[in-house]
Amino acid sequence: MTTNDLRKVMRQNIREYGMYIALVAIMAIFTANTKGIFISSRNIANLLNQTGYIAVLAVGMTLVIVIRHIDLSVGFLAGFLGAIAAIALTSWHMNVWLVLVLVLALGVLAGLVTAFPVARLGIPSFVASLAGWLIYRGALLLVTSSKGTIIIPDDTFNAIGNGYIPDILPVDSAFLPGLHKLTLILGFLAVVWFIVSEIGARKSKRSYNFDVIPNDMFVLKIIFISFVLGLITWVLAGYNGLSWTVVIVLGVVMVYDYIARQTVLGRHIYVVGGNPEAAELSGISVKKITFVVFGSMGFLTALSGILFASRLQSATTTAGTLFELDCIAAAYIGGVSAAGGVGKITGSLIGALVYMSLMNGMNLMGTDISLQYVIRGAVLASAVIFDVATRRRKR
Amino acid sequence: MNTPILEMKNITKTFPGVKALNDVSFSVAQGEIHCLVGENGAGKSTLMKVLSGVHPHGDYSGEILFAGQVQKFRGIADSEKAGIAIIYQELALVPDMTVYENILLGHEIRKGPAVDWNETIKKANEMLKKVRLDINPASLVKDLGVGRQQLVEIAKALCKDVKLLILDEPTAALNEDDCDNLLDLIRHLKEQGVTCVLISHKLKEVIKIADTVTVLRDGKTVVTLDAHKGEVSEGVLIKHMVGREIDNIYPRREHKRSEEVVLEVRGWGAHDNKLGRNVLTDVHFKVRKGEIIGFAGLMGSGRTELAKSIFGNPDGYTLSGELRVKDEVRSFRHTSEAIKAGIAYATEDRKGNGLILIQDVKQNITLANLAEISKRGVVNNNAEVKVATEYKEALSIKTPTVEQMVVNLSGGNQQKVSVAKWLFVKPDVLILDEPTRGIDVGAKYEIYSIMNALVEQGMSIIMISSELPEVLGMSDRIYIVSNGRITGELPVGEATQEKIMQLATS
Repeated sequence: MTTNDLRKVMRQNIREYGMYIALVAIMAIFTANTKGIFISSRNIANLLNQTGYIAVLAVGMTLVIVIRHIDLSVGFLAGFLGAIAAIALTSWHMNVWLVLVLVLALGVLAGLVTAFPVARLGIPSFVASLAGWLIYRGALLLVTSSKGTIIIPDDTFNAIGNGYIPDILPVDSAFLPGLHKLTLILGFLAVVWFIVSEIGARKSKRSYNFDVIPNDMFVLKIIFISFVLGLITWVLAGYNGLSWTVVIVLGVVMVYDYIARQTVLGRHIYVVGGNPEAAELSGISVKKITFVVFGSMGFLTALSGILFASRLQSATTTAGTLFELDCIAAAYIGGVSAAGGVGKITGSLIGALVYMSLMNGMNLMGTDISLQYVIRGAVLASAVIFDVATRRRKR
Repeated sequence: MNTPILEMKNITKTFPGVKALNDVSFSVAQGEIHCLVGENGAGKSTLMKVLSGVHPHGDYSGEILFAGQVQKFRGIADSEKAGIAIIYQELALVPDMTVYENILLGHEIRKGPAVDWNETIKKANEMLKKVRLDINPASLVKDLGVGRQQLVEIAKALCKDVKLLILDEPTAALNEDDCDNLLDLIRHLKEQGVTCVLISHKLKEVIKIADTVTVLRDGKTVVTLDAHKGEVSEGVLIKHMVGREIDNIYPRREHKRSEEVVLEVRGWGAHDNKLGRNVLTDVHFKVRKGEIIGFAGLMGSGRTELAKSIFGNPDGYTLSGELRVKDEVRSFRHTSEAIKAGIAYATEDRKGNGLILIQDVKQNITLANLAEISKRGVVNNNAEVKVATEYKEALSIKTPTVEQMVVNLSGGNQQKVSVAKWLFVKPDVLILDEPTRGIDVGAKYEIYSIMNALVEQGMSIIMISSELPEVLGMSDRIYIVSNGRITGELPVGEATQEKIMQLATS
């Protein structure tokens, strides 16, 4: 293979790869500065669980920003819905599965309520969701005022944010002791699935006589990504294996990424973001898409609220504070464009990981909190500047 | 002729992969009106960007002499200082500000730290007088028509003590009256000593006004002609622009029309609730299968409003009257319903509300009919590339791949993408709003040929156009729209430019 090919592929995808490179660089720096604690299985598992509730919000926020809107209400809405879950479990003694369905449904409803003034009356989403921010903050204080913090005693509910998937063999079995077997198997299956689907896609492209990347590049790509998947699996298997949070986040990202890239609905969302007037004149209802995107944001907000309440095993009066800004930052680090129509779901996941790695790593290093904010701000600014600069060069 | 005020010598400018300008020389004499013509992509705009410093010195090779001195502009500020002003097709005015604020924008007259508004208004009035525009300088720019906005823009340029005024397609968006008015003004400015370079696609006006014409083709100067020696005619210009003679710009053919009426409108009215007035009143017309209907009229006469009111009414007018599609009374609540009923509308403003510029060719082509290439809501990417490639070849859209972003295509090719998008919907009635605006002669011819082929296959086309020769050249029947009403219907055999203009202004 020629290094020219490699260089060309790198240059064409620098914007996308830049984020992955940044993530690896950040991880390397923290690993070096914490004598390897950062990359330890235990810390990585912890980091992924921390990232969960921001990552699902960032996924939803990406689509909201893609259609040129913003939703500031998600932070306190997540806190409020988490509190509703806690109350339903403790005071109303509802079944835990019923509670989950109820809270997710309430989330969708809240999203549609935010969408109403935006889609029907043309109120700027900044204002409409700022009103929501105030309202849900008040609502959260109201429902938690009598008890302060509501402790959640339900084990099933708490497992969502703290539990791990069960293993097929005991951890101390003679076969691969100290490793989580099911995680290894799932990781292996993921690698197989990845390779098979890549080969399938390549075959399908060939059958239409389309250009495909050269054979050697293709093999290199497969080996590299398989290696990364394998490494992650290995690290996670070294602690308790896959947590339920990671399973949920991966599920959300996969489903949303598929919708965004492969479905008619996803296309319509990006068209509305790219040029709303043209979308309307092409038979796409901008109103409908606005409702769908805000509804999905509400759904993911509820999920985020559940993840957070479950992780803390309680609902507090300040739950959800600044989540909205954290997830917006993650989405922008992930490459979404404020001008609309551009932004990847996977990018937002990476953005959330970058953002939370910074927090986690600096906490491990004992960096002063004031400095932490400054550094997070600097990283956000440089990510967006890098994004804008590479986008311009492409034109 | 006088001494040259501007000489551009051996200008070469390359973009990655393309030589946009190849050893171009361009010379403008003091006090003349010099027209610059050429197909889209011939290098006119690039040449003007080199001149104005948008492409700074060092980015190109060659030499610029202005007012007798070698110039090395590093930005627009430099060229403005030297006395060069460019007015682009897209106007650079602030719509929510007053006329006088706009005219003095960036050149505010100060009294101490504050703006001296009295002096500003006085100066603005002087400038308005110069461009012979009689309006209240305190009116908002957004309340003016395009023609008047153009004049405000010129007033703004004159304010900067301009020696060379460059107008990039100033008449593209103007109706005949405003065009004549603008051309008059340019002559008037010439008498006052302002040299003018005019870039235009409208050859008739070039012939009317030019002292000298320079033709560019594929980044090279083809020829410079002196109008006073009778060297300039439409045929000559077209020949130099395309490098071949086009005997007939309109590939006219007999259409096999049937008597079957596919679309009919009776007593149609539309009320715009935002403006608080009727935009359409008592409109009647019919479209038969396999014919091209021309909708002539001045800009603002209600042609676009009529098209949109039929096409699912996206602007939310209050409608009255009857719309029949294939002998069935219909009312559409959304554009998607109109599309399903077999009506398609390709907008006049392809960049503004036609195309998704940041998406690629294939995504734009399949946009309005994704269902066709999807199964259970999932898009088949490979089928999409295949479909898009078919249209790319059928309409000869010039792009390396269908994965190219639309923003990178030339105007004519963007228009073809826009047409392809609606062909993929396979409509019965295709409404084309100003289908050839701002595109070059060669691309126009191709669009016309495509229209003929479609009608041949039994499609009906409604063509809205401000260019009378085009309406006369392509339509089977012509409806004339004026003031939101149909003021006349003419079979093409009886129609003349004079008759149409008379009805359009009645």
